[in-house]
Amino acid sequence: MARMFGILIVAIAVTFGLNWLLDSFVDDYVVRIINLCGISIILAVSLNVINGLCGQFSLGHAGFMAIGAYVSAYFTTTLRYFDEAQAKYVAIEPVFAGQWGFVPALLAGGLAAAAAGAVVGIPTLRLKGDYLAIATLGFGEIVTIMITNFEKVGGANGLPGLPAYSNTFWIYSFVVLVVMLSWALQRSTFGRALIAIRENELAAEVMGIPASRLKVTAFIYGAFFAGVAGGLLGHLLQTISPATFNFMKSIEVVVMLVLGGLGSMTGAIVGAIVLTVLPEALRDVESSVGLPGIRMVVYALVLILLMIFRPQGVFGQKELSLKLLRRLMPGSKDKEGEA
Amino acid sequence: MSALLETSDLTIRFGGLTAVDSFNLAISEGELFGLIGPNGAGKTTVFNMLTGVYLPTEGAVHFDGNLINGKNPVQVARLGISRTFQNIRLFDELSVLENAMTGAHQHSKINLFDSLLRTPRHYREEKRQRDRAYELLEFMGLEDRAGLPAKQLPYGHRRKLEIARALATEPKLICLDEPAAGMNSGEKVELSQLIRKIRDELEITVLVIEHDMKLVMDICEKIQVLDYGKTIALGTPSEIQNDKQVIEAYLGGE
Repeated sequence: MARMFGILIVAIAVTFGLNWLLDSFVDDYVVRIINLCGISIILAVSLNVINGLCGQFSLGHAGFMAIGAYVSAYFTTTLRYFDEAQAKYVAIEPVFAGQWGFVPALLAGGLAAAAAGAVVGIPTLRLKGDYLAIATLGFGEIVTIMITNFEKVGGANGLPGLPAYSNTFWIYSFVVLVVMLSWALQRSTFGRALIAIRENELAAEVMGIPASRLKVTAFIYGAFFAGVAGGLLGHLLQTISPATFNFMKSIEVVVMLVLGGLGSMTGAIVGAIVLTVLPEALRDVESSVGLPGIRMVVYALVLILLMIFRPQGVFGQKELSLKLLRRLMPGSKDKEGEA
Repeated sequence: MSALLETSDLTIRFGGLTAVDSFNLAISEGELFGLIGPNGAGKTTVFNMLTGVYLPTEGAVHFDGNLINGKNPVQVARLGISRTFQNIRLFDELSVLENAMTGAHQHSKINLFDSLLRTPRHYREEKRQRDRAYELLEFMGLEDRAGLPAKQLPYGHRRKLEIARALATEPKLICLDEPAAGMNSGEKVELSQLIRKIRDELEITVLVIEHDMKLVMDICEKIQVLDYGKTIALGTPSEIQNDKQVIEAYLGGE
């Protein structure tokens, strides 16, 4: 436990330094992509617990993000809307004003998403495979439709004016947190139980592993971090709208997982980075070729090629460890020392 | 002597088919009990009713003073019945040791936050599970394969690992569904010794379904014969061997 906190504190100090370095010396555009990568990592790693470890195919991650984004924005942003009772425009001041309100707002967003995860998970996790995917897809759609019809937070026009609180420090602090906690989860009796459920649910139950309860727990865990990621994204983009969180966003996260290797956290991280950087790199191609939307074609192409040549994803279910690194790189430290 | 496991008029129908009909079974604590019968006699269906996988249409299952039917597999497992499967169901991506450790999960008293925050309770629980799993792998003779992914185990070892995993749940009764299927004669001899050891050393009551007559006659003290969902004989191995109805069921009558 002490070791865990030690690592966490060191890691957060590192992100603080990184934040300062990037702000001072690196181009804003690059910093933005690095920040978007961080948010993608949080999404992919948290979805990996549901889809990868526990084997429950959820397509609802964008819905949880939307809840997290809107709830956290509700606490940090001045809401301006037309009040019909008073027949005039009104402005509601935020509950948590200032930078220090950001973390409570994010946590509120995460908790709201987690609560939604429990409400959705308890009935739908009885479904298997395709049916669960359809049900969670439906949940995501319901969330965006509800927001579209909720005028106080801007409805279909979206909600502008979120304060720009998200920065490399906050985003990567949560990256560190979700990676550490998911790693700890994976390598515990609960992680083994989740994998057991994925591998053979009946056998897991006969061994006394409460499958339904653990599936809901994994779902709530994933939803919480999706909510936090939504809040971070909102305060980075500064304007959110229901379209930001449509089902393509969910698909995007699933694609990250499949690319990296479903069930591998390292894979999730690599997939998240690749699929966040790739569209940006392709932006130039898109404008020079004059074919808007070609990045979707590339997504599809990457996936098809991967499914043909490496159906288990880049990492399969393996994790990147020091042992694996040493095997892959013959020029390891020891040898350099000799030279 | 009261029975550890007792069923009364257990019946299950799938649509129009009565798979098991008024099945009565009584197993005392410490017994080594065999359930045999030709293919499709309903033996595995009985197991599924005993472990909460199927809900019987009629009748009752009592185990250790509890009514089992209506309980789900998790609740049944926690009462102390464990089982293996005819078509092996291991957790292929986990290692041999981790497979056995999952059996010990149900006795863990830690919560998720202990593991997430790596409290001392988490480490104690990991150690408890690992030690227990190692003991049982040693018991089954699998200890030198502990680190291997379960999917890489040869067939006979897969069957043994399933038994080790079931034993890790600390059951009072273990139900073995055709444990010798697919084993060669050397492995079968070893398996019979292991099944006896489970009863003698671990003091766990054993209920075994098996097609291999030699093995059943060799190890079981009491045998019940099922045919078309009905009990046709109950007795000691020598009584069963000389039972006319049993011979007819297996070899076909005139």
